[in-house]
Amino acid sequence: MARLNALNVERAKELIGHYPRPKSATIPLCHLAQEQDGFVTQEAMTHVAELVGCTPAEVYGTASFYEMFKFQSVGKYLVGVCTNISCMILGGDELLEHAEKKLGVRTGSTTSDGLFTLEEMECLAACTEAPCLQVNYRYRERVTHDQFDQLVDELRAGKHTNEIPAHGTVARVRQSIPSDRRASKDVF
Amino acid sequence: MPQTTKMITSRFDQPDSFTLSGYERTGGYRALRKALAMEPAAVIEEVKAATLLGRGGAGFPCGTKWGFLPPTVFPRYLVVNGDESEPGTYKDRLLMELDPHQLIEGVLICSWAIKAKQAFLYCRGEMALAQERLAQALNDAYAAGYIGKNIMGTGWDLDVVLHWGAGAYIVGEETALIESLEGNRGMPRLKPPFFPASKGLYMQPTVVNNVETLANLPWIVNNGASAFTAIGDPKAPGTRMFALSGHVNRPGVYEVDFGTTTFREMFEDPSLGGGIRNGGKVKAFIPGGASAPWFFEEHLDMALHPGPVGAAGSMLGSGAIVVFDETTDMVKAAWRIVKFFAKESCGKCSPCREGTNWLEKIYRRILDGHGRPEDIDLLMDVADNISPGLAWPPRQTTICPLGPSAASPIMSSVRRFRHEYEAYVNRGGGAT
Repeated sequence: MARLNALNVERAKELIGHYPRPKSATIPLCHLAQEQDGFVTQEAMTHVAELVGCTPAEVYGTASFYEMFKFQSVGKYLVGVCTNISCMILGGDELLEHAEKKLGVRTGSTTSDGLFTLEEMECLAACTEAPCLQVNYRYRERVTHDQFDQLVDELRAGKHTNEIPAHGTVARVRQSIPSDRRASKDVF
Repeated sequence: MPQTTKMITSRFDQPDSFTLSGYERTGGYRALRKALAMEPAAVIEEVKAATLLGRGGAGFPCGTKWGFLPPTVFPRYLVVNGDESEPGTYKDRLLMELDPHQLIEGVLICSWAIKAKQAFLYCRGEMALAQERLAQALNDAYAAGYIGKNIMGTGWDLDVVLHWGAGAYIVGEETALIESLEGNRGMPRLKPPFFPASKGLYMQPTVVNNVETLANLPWIVNNGASAFTAIGDPKAPGTRMFALSGHVNRPGVYEVDFGTTTFREMFEDPSLGGGIRNGGKVKAFIPGGASAPWFFEEHLDMALHPGPVGAAGSMLGSGAIVVFDETTDMVKAAWRIVKFFAKESCGKCSPCREGTNWLEKIYRRILDGHGRPEDIDLLMDVADNISPGLAWPPRQTTICPLGPSAASPIMSSVRRFRHEYEAYVNRGGGAT
């Protein structure tokens, strides 16, 4: 439950500087907020509004349009199983049903230990590798039920943390434009 | 044998394909040098001569699109559409993950041609690896002097900004993409009066191009338009990446010469689809993404060419082919696609917002065994309210094509497999 911390304010200012108009940084800043707290808090949205120069309602209006932004706590691992057409005809629904049993929760819910949230996903652009899923937006392809069980057991045992950061972090590499390489200001 | 030239996937097997050194070693950024020695107008002419058709879905000629920019209005922007999310589509993610510098070089060539000083690379939110590879590639390209101030001593400045979304299919529509990039809900803009070429991002002239389209530019500049038009069909030259998914033995992403390969070759050739699974037969297939009307057995010998495919009432769209074998439940397949559009409708236009959701409810009723005989015609009637006439190309009662896209699986499946709907309705009693 927090506003952006000092480090993220610095990052936010850098991101805002990438755009001709500050409001364009709304989505990137909401990602920063979600990275910091695991979901986008009201305090963070108010802070984002101050930074980009609009109202908190406008930030919420934008953020609430997009599936990836969560407004309440979710599991450390967001498990998203694709059931769209290419996955559906190759076992996507069965995989999701199996995931519900393995995790002991219905789609859309979080396990009681706070480790996993299960979601049904729309097409993830891995159609030739059906059925597929993502854990915090990292792909697993042609997933069998046994492989799913193994993945969950390994995540519970604390494996894969190098590859899969906690929910909220999407890309771990940030773009940084060195000030001496930046295009001349007149473009803004 | 289908012709396959590796034009934009040439580095995919190379372990360091995504690094600057790997890219430079294999001829990377040579095209940029060559383009910068040309007048911007000459670059546009070269791309026009290549007849590079947009690879995002609409298939509009790329050079012509650039030509729509009003000549004296600045600044102008390039926006790269990397929000790949049409069901069945899987190519732009590979291009971003495996060869990000090729895309960046394409962005540079396009920006030079249209005299932009800032470009935005909009990557889909769910693609973490693609974002990381692009961020690293941009950082390296800035450090190497390919992007930024005074690029390669020409005095031309360009910033390329990586931006990523947060999950919304509709943002793949170019005006919704612009709205999203401005920090708003991703709802399409009404056009006319304004098209992005005249009033786009920040109401300035804007080119929105797909990832695969831009990835072709280095090859075209290096080899020339005539070499490009020598590959594939003259009216649809070059190559295209197709994601072949569903019931084939070898699903995969294949780059084939554009306009010459047939669907049958695509499905059966040992180097491509390798035949239908379990020795089965094709019941139907989607030739160009979930928005496209379906094709059947009688279309197998048609070339993957926008001309004949369009004339036969569908499209190649985003290069997404989904194959259904005889075991496929066509009512359920159509429902899943309609459910997708119902979920992804942005809510701006009533026919789409209300229509797609009602359609999905009717489907659910039929699948649950509570369908009424009149529900089959009701599906067609509601679809007709979103896309009057249920024809191709679709007519719209909406701002963007999302709503009318939901009509495609309905009209295809009801017209061809009405008996499967009837079986559901007659069976009744909660059968699934």
